[in-house]
Amino acid sequence: MATTSTIGVTAPGIAAKAAEKAPRAPFITAASLRGMAANLIPPVVVMIAFLVIWELLCSRPGAGLPPPSRVVTEAWDIIVNPFYDNGGTDKGLFWHISASIQRVALGFALATVVGILVGTLIGQSDWAMRGLDPIFQVLRTIPPLAWLPLSLAAFRDGQPSAIFVIFITSIWPIIINTAVGIRNIPQDYRNVSAVLQLNPIEFFSKIMLPSAAPYIFTGLRIGVGLSWLAIVAAEMLIGGVGIGFFIWDAWNSSHISEIIVALVYVGVIGFILDRFVAFIGNLVTRGAAA
Amino acid sequence: MTYLSIENVGISFTRNGRTNEVLRDVSVKIARGEFVSLIGHSGCGKSTVLNIVAGLLKASTGVVLLEDKEVNSPGPDRAVVFQNHSLLPWLTVRENVSLAVDKVMKGRKTKAERNEWIDHNLALVNMTHAAERRPNEISGGMKQRVGIARALAMEPKVLLLDEPFGALDALTRAHLQDSLMEIHGRLGNAVIMITHDVDEAVLLSDRIVMMTNGPSATVGEILKVDLERPRRRLELVEDPTYTHARAEVLEFLYARHAKPAVAA
Repeated sequence: MATTSTIGVTAPGIAAKAAEKAPRAPFITAASLRGMAANLIPPVVVMIAFLVIWELLCSRPGAGLPPPSRVVTEAWDIIVNPFYDNGGTDKGLFWHISASIQRVALGFALATVVGILVGTLIGQSDWAMRGLDPIFQVLRTIPPLAWLPLSLAAFRDGQPSAIFVIFITSIWPIIINTAVGIRNIPQDYRNVSAVLQLNPIEFFSKIMLPSAAPYIFTGLRIGVGLSWLAIVAAEMLIGGVGIGFFIWDAWNSSHISEIIVALVYVGVIGFILDRFVAFIGNLVTRGAAA
Repeated sequence: MTYLSIENVGISFTRNGRTNEVLRDVSVKIARGEFVSLIGHSGCGKSTVLNIVAGLLKASTGVVLLEDKEVNSPGPDRAVVFQNHSLLPWLTVRENVSLAVDKVMKGRKTKAERNEWIDHNLALVNMTHAAERRPNEISGGMKQRVGIARALAMEPKVLLLDEPFGALDALTRAHLQDSLMEIHGRLGNAVIMITHDVDEAVLLSDRIVMMTNGPSATVGEILKVDLERPRRRLELVEDPTYTHARAEVLEFLYARHAKPAVAA
């Protein structure tokens, strides 16, 4: 059977021969398996190589970081049990991650609403563009954490300060991309709306937003990535429940293995956030967004 | 019995302190139900005339009157079929038409009546089968059909066509010209169509407005096409009135107002 013969085969030449010789019925299965294997095998091989090299490098006596085998054994508790809750900040990784995601969700949602509105204003009005653009160009270069002391001073509390840092970090790409998207609305669409006498609200919702949506989603994707970058750093400083604090706390207790597990979580969640926004963008723009 | 009157319309654009007069003293009177073509070399300001009638551009001098009321802003009573169709790519064919219908007919028709009216207009241009497809999934000719359906669905007093078939191949174009003639025969809207295709102008029009070359373009001559309707393209090929009208337009365009070589 072609199905079974290709599963274990990795060399493309042999797999191709197997597919050629296969009887007609399972032929498609063989080809699609081959395609899947071509996509899956390289990352798996690289991953294994990476872990082996890491294991070899860090198994020497006096190595600064634990090898992967020790990471798994030392951090086994938090790997297998992400949902425990002993009160205070002594919680499973799930709770830390979910606290961080909530902050990002809130700050990013605010940034989305404000960013799209401000971006629309800038894209529509030359006056607003000239007035606001220089300020924005300067403000957007400020590193996220530099806002933290200021927001702590203003809000006098860690939670709103962290949310504000997310907001201020992710809003710039949203504003700028929305403005570019609005500026690039073809004159034809404006003519259509003029002939139909759409009012400004209808024009905004029926022409502007859909027309600029691919640009807006590019901005949102950059924004959500920056938010996730910023939240970990901000949480290290503000404390409380959150993945950033978890990492900082693990460092203070010299639990290097736990840090490594937490980093894997941070990376995977960041990846999922990015893909999630891209997925929504694809749904909304029906494939027009990147 | 003038329905639409373009009176001494002129327009100038100023760029970098230099004023450029595009149109001067353009006057055309159009009767109810009349089909008028504007023909001229590219760059002569045909589209500018159309945009002024549509209200998308403001005339510097002169005035456009529709049923004795001045036209100074765009509106659905002067629906435009744009050269490049201008369908909204994120909406289906049906949604493109319904955007117009729901906006223009709101308050006049119930939801059910509007839906029926959308279906009716899609059927008019033979697009019912592709109603749920998006513009990038249908051919250029089909897009123009939808553009025409969208414009007709607004029940315009005047239908403005800006080189509607310019981007289409000859066969599709002929097919759409026949559809347009048939629809015009049934609905009797006044139509202004821009074209640079002489046969198209003669075949479709009651009168052909020939424009001189810019700058300061104006109406050079107006030719009446005295052909019975409904017209059939095959029978017209040999018709003396048709060949005469065709020769007149060609003579105007290529002998008396030939395009300056520089602009070609």
